Amino acid sequence: MVVLKYLKQDRGGMITLGLIALLTIAVPICNLMVPEGNVFHVSTFTMTLLGKYLCYALLALAVDLVWGYLGILSLGHGAFFSLGGYAMGMYLMRQIGSRGVYGNPLLPDFMVFLNWEQLPWFWQGFQWFWFAMLMVVLVPALLAFVFGWFAFRSRVTGVYLSIMTQALTYALLLAFYRNEMGFGGNNGLTDFKDILGFSLQADATRVGLFIASGVALALGYLSCLYITRSRLGRLCTAIRDQEDRVRFIGFKVENIKLWIFTFSAILAGVAGALYVPHVGIINPNEFSPLASIEMVVWVAVGGRATLYGAVVGAIMVNYAKSYLTVAMPDAWLFALGALFVLVTLLLPRGVTGLVRKKEVDA
Amino acid sequence: MSVLESMRSFMRRDQVFDFLIPDVPPNLDLTHGVILYLENLNVSFDGFKAINDLNLYIDDGELRCIIGPNGAGKTTMMDIITGKTKPDSGSAWFGQEINLLDMDEPEIATAGIGRKFQKPTVFEQHRVIDNLELAMAGDKRVWPTLTAHLNSAEQDRINEILKIINLEEHFSRRAGSLSHGQKQWLEIGMLLMQNPKLLLVDEPAAGMTHQEMDQTAELLTSLAGTHSVVVVEHDMDFVRSIANKVTVLHQGSVLAEGTMDEIQNNQQVIEVYLGE
Repeated sequence: MVVLKYLKQDRGGMITLGLIALLTIAVPICNLMVPEGNVFHVSTFTMTLLGKYLCYALLALAVDLVWGYLGILSLGHGAFFSLGGYAMGMYLMRQIGSRGVYGNPLLPDFMVFLNWEQLPWFWQGFQWFWFAMLMVVLVPALLAFVFGWFAFRSRVTGVYLSIMTQALTYALLLAFYRNEMGFGGNNGLTDFKDILGFSLQADATRVGLFIASGVALALGYLSCLYITRSRLGRLCTAIRDQEDRVRFIGFKVENIKLWIFTFSAILAGVAGALYVPHVGIINPNEFSPLASIEMVVWVAVGGRATLYGAVVGAIMVNYAKSYLTVAMPDAWLFALGALFVLVTLLLPRGVTGLVRKKEVDA
Repeated sequence: MSVLESMRSFMRRDQVFDFLIPDVPPNLDLTHGVILYLENLNVSFDGFKAINDLNLYIDDGELRCIIGPNGAGKTTMMDIITGKTKPDSGSAWFGQEINLLDMDEPEIATAGIGRKFQKPTVFEQHRVIDNLELAMAGDKRVWPTLTAHLNSAEQDRINEILKIINLEEHFSRRAGSLSHGQKQWLEIGMLLMQNPKLLLVDEPAAGMTHQEMDQTAELLTSLAGTHSVVVVEHDMDFVRSIANKVTVLHQGSVLAEGTMDEIQNNQQVIEVYLGE
């Protein structure tokens, strides 16, 4: 396989993937096999937190692919993440069935509360897992494709494109806040009971979700590695640095941007779908522009245009966030802002740039 | 036509539907020996006439130098030929059959027109051979590019170009670390990788040492014949060393055309360059 050959040349990637594999194997064992009270026991809470980080890491890969390699600074990847999450949430809502507060076998609680008589057409089909998974991929992909089709064809670039992506996610935020949209308004979708027949409260199900996130991250990493090391990947960095030159050697830049952007949106959607069962809720706040900007900070901190940098950055910043929001709740936003400024000024290649120095100069 | 007849014509097995016929671009037709026709071109930017009723013909295999004071429309003319700027009126044909005004930049590039920018524009983050690989003629759609690998014929082609542009020893260096002159050559090499019929070269000698300039002049003259080459240049010594035919642009149209000696003795040209 070509991917394995690429992986051999990517030392940081091998280490990162190795650690992910170790985590995916060790954490479930430490959770299920090691008795509580033992030093090596990993609580379900910690495992869920780690699972959330893995989803964020996959999301960071998606952002890095378009920003680090293609030069499109997307400040709206939260939109694709959330749409994937909502698709998963809709499936989980339909699984509740008559166990909801109002006991309606068909309608989710919030629809009963709004006095709706029947299920809206766009909720049809989500009782099937396969259909929901298809939507996890298709809905973000379609949005990215349509958005990209117009934006790239009319050659919108740079900060204008960033503002448009920001507007996109903000528009979706406002839309999803409305009860009439049929996605639970500002409460979003929650109170999930089970997935594929397994209770979401059970430790074993959580272990399954954790492993699924680890596997998804590894597969996402390998597919991004394959793309970035191919001739298409070299062309992407060429577009980032000299877009005009790429046009004049005969490539349709807008098509390349469109496909990479769409693929990135799919990765983000999958990350969102895995994230929702971990945290047990999806609400419109995930669409907020701030969330999307945070994603960019992860990648900047880790080191853009290196895939493992995105993974490392996402995990580090989110660990810091988990810690700081408990220790000093008011300080987090300042810390985030300071982090972005400091990294931009002092570590333009991110924290992985510190160890990477030799490779690049060689 | 009756329903039955239209059904029959719909089902005919000796024909395919129109949308199934692949879009074959017209071939480069050089039967009249002229590779580029620019006729009655006009472009204005906010009322400023950058190109004013320009007529220019380039013969197949010729090496043409275009000179003119700043703002004469040299770069705008290149922009029109390569599809970057659309003219307000006029026509631009590549050979007899290819209408350049209907095409965008990538299509024009694949049709066989290569362009070197005024400022050397190479992919600085990539190695020299990667630069050449990306520029190579071939299937430039997204999916084939994803799965593409260099075969030995393509490898040979890259080595051949490396030899032509004198960068054999630097093949694995990052393009950003090359000298200014070497970047100019690399860009010319990238043009050659596209197998163009017509090369548009904007100020190739800018920022070069005398020795590099001589080598560039040699390179460009050796390309003429198999390619048509249009060179825009300010440096008169350089122009004199390569040109047998020179076109002078002034205020967006052709002022004079002829050999270097004729041009230098042309009264109008002297006025434009030296003032009255």
